Amino acid sequence: MDVGIVSYGAYVPRYRIKPEEIGRVWGADGKGMGKGLKIDQKSVPSPDEDVITISSEAARYMMQRVPEVDPKEIGAVYVGSESHPYAVKPSSGVLAEVIQATPALTAADLEFACKAGTAGIQMCMGLVGSGIVKYGVAVGADTSQGAPGDALEYSASSGGAAFLIGSEKIIARINKTLSFTTDTPDFWRREGQPYPSHGGRFTGDPAYFKHIVSAAKMMLEDRNTKPEDYDYAVFHQPNGKFPEKVAKMLGFTPEQIQYGLLTPSIGNTYSGAVPLGLANVLDKSKPGDRIFVTSYGSGAGSDAFDITVTDEMKNYKRENAPTLEKVLENPVYLDYALYAKFKGKIIMPE
Amino acid sequence: MREVAIVGTGVTKFGELWDKSFRSIGIEAGIKAIEDAGMSGSEVDGIFIGNMSSRFINQQHIDALIADYSGMATRNVPAVRTEAGGASGGVAFRQGVMAVASGMHEAVLVGGAEKMTDLDDASTASVMDSTADAEWEASMGLTLTSLYAMIARRLIYEGTATREEIASFAVNSHKHGALNPNAQYKSPITLDTVLRSGPVAEPLNVFDCAPYSDGAAAVVMVPLDVAKKMGVDYVKVAAACQASDTLALFQREDITTFKATTSAAKEAYRIAGIEAKDISVAEVHDDYTVGGIMALQDLGFFKKGEAGKAVLEGQAELGGKIAVNTSGGLKARGYPVGASGVAQIVEIADQLRNKADKRQVANAKYGLAQSVGGTGSAVTVSILEAI
Amino acid sequence: MATVAKEWREIPARYNLEGSECGNCNRKFFPKRSMCPFCRRNGFGKMHPYQVSRKGKVFTFSVIHEAPDCNRNLKPYAVAMIRTDDGLLISGQLVDVDLSKVEIGMRVRSVLRKLDEDGASGVIHYGFKFVPDL
Repeated sequence: MDVGIVSYGAYVPRYRIKPEEIGRVWGADGKGMGKGLKIDQKSVPSPDEDVITISSEAARYMMQRVPEVDPKEIGAVYVGSESHPYAVKPSSGVLAEVIQATPALTAADLEFACKAGTAGIQMCMGLVGSGIVKYGVAVGADTSQGAPGDALEYSASSGGAAFLIGSEKIIARINKTLSFTTDTPDFWRREGQPYPSHGGRFTGDPAYFKHIVSAAKMMLEDRNTKPEDYDYAVFHQPNGKFPEKVAKMLGFTPEQIQYGLLTPSIGNTYSGAVPLGLANVLDKSKPGDRIFVTSYGSGAGSDAFDITVTDEMKNYKRENAPTLEKVLENPVYLDYALYAKFKGKIIMPE
Repeated sequence: MREVAIVGTGVTKFGELWDKSFRSIGIEAGIKAIEDAGMSGSEVDGIFIGNMSSRFINQQHIDALIADYSGMATRNVPAVRTEAGGASGGVAFRQGVMAVASGMHEAVLVGGAEKMTDLDDASTASVMDSTADAEWEASMGLTLTSLYAMIARRLIYEGTATREEIASFAVNSHKHGALNPNAQYKSPITLDTVLRSGPVAEPLNVFDCAPYSDGAAAVVMVPLDVAKKMGVDYVKVAAACQASDTLALFQREDITTFKATTSAAKEAYRIAGIEAKDISVAEVHDDYTVGGIMALQDLGFFKKGEAGKAVLEGQAELGGKIAVNTSGGLKARGYPVGASGVAQIVEIADQLRNKADKRQVANAKYGLAQSVGGTGSAVTVSILEAI
Repeated sequence: MATVAKEWREIPARYNLEGSECGNCNRKFFPKRSMCPFCRRNGFGKMHPYQVSRKGKVFTFSVIHEAPDCNRNLKPYAVAMIRTDDGLLISGQLVDVDLSKVEIGMRVRSVLRKLDEDGASGVIHYGFKFVPDL
């Protein structure tokens, strides 16, 4: 049976901080850092936002667009993140309650650095494709922390997107998914540690590039396609430069990746990055468009997807919820002091 | 049903009484009231205590504490503690009146006491916030002050009162507080002081809000016929009424009037056989300036939209159309919550017995006390009559 | 500290504004009630779950400067009473808004946000807040 995306929703918090403001506090050339990373600004969550609230907002938009879908028919909910509010107590359980899908469903939280969201899509595809569930929800969302003064502080941001996976009234058919996974220690965070650690330049060739290129080539071979067969491509985007480089390496053009590349304007939303990029592409897409997606999660792995937008997209009530472009309108800029307050970096009294 | 009279009153200083414990201030007021009544205390056969929160001193069973430390427990005198947010004292008073009026008691001691400074400010504020709807107002991040602030904003929006008019209520209270040796704040203030004080919950500032205080007040009541033979100054309780309303402010149809006040007042005027214009002196619940302005309208002293202007123009001062909060009110005299309702009765009773010293209103025949819990979820309106 | 049950019980209301509708008079209430205060006995057994509209207008508001401990990292913040599109009045925080531009009549919608937590190792309480509905 055909399996694919029945609906989607995306949300990014309203607040932003610019790299020059971060650099100002640490005596670094923030503007230069931003240029080097190709990041103009990054999103900052309000103190009362977290992965659960971001997932809720995105998932609610997703449900609003398919009012005919009874949430009780959702059989699985997966939330992928590296900043789940709890180490033990699933974000997916709360989300299931928020979208009123409870109690007859399975749920679990996922972690695979920045590809936890796309892993969730694959899991839903399996459950739907095998007839075990009618609908599955996969969310990729993060409120990632960058250590103060570290390079990651310029890029680690917040946001997320939700996908309703099913086999009826599909607006975007997932023709194929495959993955490339290894044990590669490029970026990690130990239990209880507030900030991740990384292997510096090791995160490039042996990590990001190797896995995305490998998965992408496997997909192109499997589908017997070439980059020019696709209208859009979405790659993982820890900064604005890596996806441009990997696209070029694979033979995709800047025009193909433009809508799927959001990091320059919102920073690296980690597990939310590829989901948000895909959501933005879907916002702009029309029936017949073919989309190539390859995510990357440190540790390491890449999930690739070959997607075709269907005619059903004509009937899709996208207008029932704001497009990502609308969500990103009129952001509010913060200085570092407000940023520190929002991110809970100021020590409050007991 | 018998008519009831107040034959003795007592009140402590209100303020931050660091060296006084809850039990000592409660007893102090009670002793003063009994001595004022020329009684020995052994006549008292019932005690009613208004106390808003045992959380302030982490003590339940306040009734037993007062009965014990007032020496009444040795005679096993029954004691009752009443709680209704800010109206705790007003409710205790009404319970005491009913006890004597019904014939079940011959002489009751009604007290109100609160010790708020044994708890840190943030915790105290949290206790006060719990007199709103703890589940759907306080837990949602609203404070009691923000609820009154929202009422004030609505009053201003609807043109019922201006910001200055609302603020002027505090000026009025302080003007009188300056004449009260027991008041927590004894200096007059200007309108500017109120308007320029720091914001607590906009548009209300620090000076729009009553302070946290320690203090106690007490009255002794007997049947009117007995009072007439005692040879002491007494006043008649012409009415002691009470009304309820929704717990949460958002459950009201109109948030710019307290239906519990209008309802209790209507009943009180009916029972006393008078109208609002017959009241010469009133103690109203100004835990917030806006509450004071609303009270003047809801009690019928001024028409809706005119109370603010009247207060700003000085018509609520001694010598004005009606003397409001001659004690200094909650704002200047102080607001030990459970004590306030009883302290209001003490002030009115003293006014009617010509014992109000520099705050004396001339020839007052009727006085009124209004005590409010939460955002008007419970209101008591009592009318006293000089005989 | 309250046990976890106290907040858990309120989840349908806190997450999804579930209140009650009286089957006798059709009045709607939030939070839910087991008895209609108007119909009283005539409403027994007829109170049904009702989901309050997520959209509405600011009826009145205040900006809190002296905040309770749990919200101390948010101050100053706005609270409001909202007249929902289906006619109820509910109150909560108003967030993601320029505090100087809040007005009576502003259109808002409800969103899920963190309300509080029982300390760093305790349960996180989620509930509704309001944001401007652009």
